[in-house]
Amino acid sequence: MAIVARTIGVDLAGRRVLDAVDATLARGEVLGIVGPNGAGKSTLLRVLAGVLAPDVGELRVDGETRAQLGAKALARRVAFLAQEGQAAWSLSAGALVGLGRLPHRRPFAAESEADRAAIAEAMRRCDVSGFAARPVGTLSGGERRRVLLARALAVEAFYLLADEPLAGLDPGHQLDTLRLLRAIAAAGTGVAVVLHDLSLAARFCDRLLLIHQGRGVADGPPEAVLDETRLAEIFGVVALRGLHAGTPFLLPWQTTARRGSDDDRR
Amino acid sequence: MTPVGHDGLRPAVLLPALTVLTLAMLAVSLAVGYEPLDLGQAVADLAAGRATLPALVLVELRLPRALLGGLVGFSLGMAGAAMQGMMRNPLAEPGVVGISSAAAFGAVAAFYSGLSGAMALALPLGGIAGALVATLVLFALLGRGASTTTLILAGVALNSFAGAATALALNLAPNPYAALEIVFWLMGSLADRSMSHVWLALPLMAAGWLLMASTAPALDALSLGEETAASLGFGLTALRVRLIGGAALSVGGAVAVAGAIGFVGLVVPHLLRPLVGHRPGRLLIASGFGGAILVLAADLGVRLAPIRPELKLGVVTALIGAPFLFALVQRLRREAL
Repeated sequence: MAIVARTIGVDLAGRRVLDAVDATLARGEVLGIVGPNGAGKSTLLRVLAGVLAPDVGELRVDGETRAQLGAKALARRVAFLAQEGQAAWSLSAGALVGLGRLPHRRPFAAESEADRAAIAEAMRRCDVSGFAARPVGTLSGGERRRVLLARALAVEAFYLLADEPLAGLDPGHQLDTLRLLRAIAAAGTGVAVVLHDLSLAARFCDRLLLIHQGRGVADGPPEAVLDETRLAEIFGVVALRGLHAGTPFLLPWQTTARRGSDDDRR
Repeated sequence: MTPVGHDGLRPAVLLPALTVLTLAMLAVSLAVGYEPLDLGQAVADLAAGRATLPALVLVELRLPRALLGGLVGFSLGMAGAAMQGMMRNPLAEPGVVGISSAAAFGAVAAFYSGLSGAMALALPLGGIAGALVATLVLFALLGRGASTTTLILAGVALNSFAGAATALALNLAPNPYAALEIVFWLMGSLADRSMSHVWLALPLMAAGWLLMASTAPALDALSLGEETAASLGFGLTALRVRLIGGAALSVGGAVAVAGAIGFVGLVVPHLLRPLVGHRPGRLLIASGFGGAILVLAADLGVRLAPIRPELKLGVVTALIGAPFLFALVQRLRREAL
């Protein structure tokens, strides 16, 4: 049971954004998608979510294509948290989270008991139960991100794909969010996250997929993927490494000399 | 905070309330007219099949006017809510963005070319064709998630073009009476309509309502953006086709029988949005009823006001709606600061 993407190629506005990328996401694991700005991480996540149809390659969710599953069944299986987090109308936070139940509801049917339970549980886990009645327009950026995450959780899908779920969160809520995603994975959901923070990615993900210039460069355990060479060549950084309570960590510390000379040339 | 709380009223409360209000307005509209009418007598005569004067006044004059007021208002209110939901912008309205004037031009073209004389359906079909072309042009111009500025500018362009094309038809009108007829018709009115107008417009409008209403869950999902809506299982192409087709059918039908009645689709969704918890899906049908109530009320005002000749309905809704639009723009400007 997994999302499997084979030789994915995507052209956007005449530019090849993804080129022959392979990716899998199994249920129960946390996959981190990392790479420098503009590498194609978000595009890959959109392909995996079935929101963007690839120009080349094939996507299968639990062995079935999008056409075989149908849009509604796919929506129940795969939840997607987009990067852009603006609601067009000033819905209450509770109503916004309730939108995550749409794939489960027949048109114009009222919310069922299961819907209400899923909404309440998702809001509790994201620590936003207190905002249920507040218009989303009055929430802070970080509070809104958590409400949007609760919306994605409310789908109760087998896979959760989140595009930079930590953007705009304070350190405490960043750690809480990652711990929450780990707990969701432990309960059997496949979780894929696009992350910019390499320290957090290395610490919280089971596996990392490194994307660079539209290609999948490495796929494996964090310590194998984020080695010195790749950190230097792809991210242009040198990282400090250490151990804390038996857990290794890395901390990007300074840019490499080469990157510095690149900047000088510009 | 609004007194109703941010999730609005429950649909089980709001929709029956709006329905009752609409029926009440219809009844008042039947009871009010230029000549006193014994409604009880008229209904009794009608039931007994006697073609008396009261019965004729009721069926030939009062009933079509009241029904058309409700139908046209329902169409305009719902189309306004639908356009706003699709473009995710509270200023999208058939009149403001030029769909109504394009529909008016389409109807004028049918009128002017003599097609409407040859075929009764030509006028509404012309209106629908105009509305459809305008909606498609608008959508092509704006793409997705239009900003307020581009939306308004596109509306200005469409309104001017449709206005110029209509002026051209007036300019080339064969005689002054034809021109005058077009001008009066353009101002929008429910006076002197018959049941044949109702039967002409009703099927088109109802088809449009159904198409628009079917998009309610998708519009809710669309509040979170197109990609999230897609991830919730809503195909955007199907959504747009239904919304554009539905808006064109109902606005085109409305304009064809009542002329251009503006601002209903702007004012009504805005007033009702707090009552439906700002949900674009729930707003659709609520705005339909709200539009019916507003148009019936405006038409009552037209008949009760001691001004003769009777004010044109479109003039009255514009006099109410334009200051409202100013206030809305002012508020959006403050929010943007």
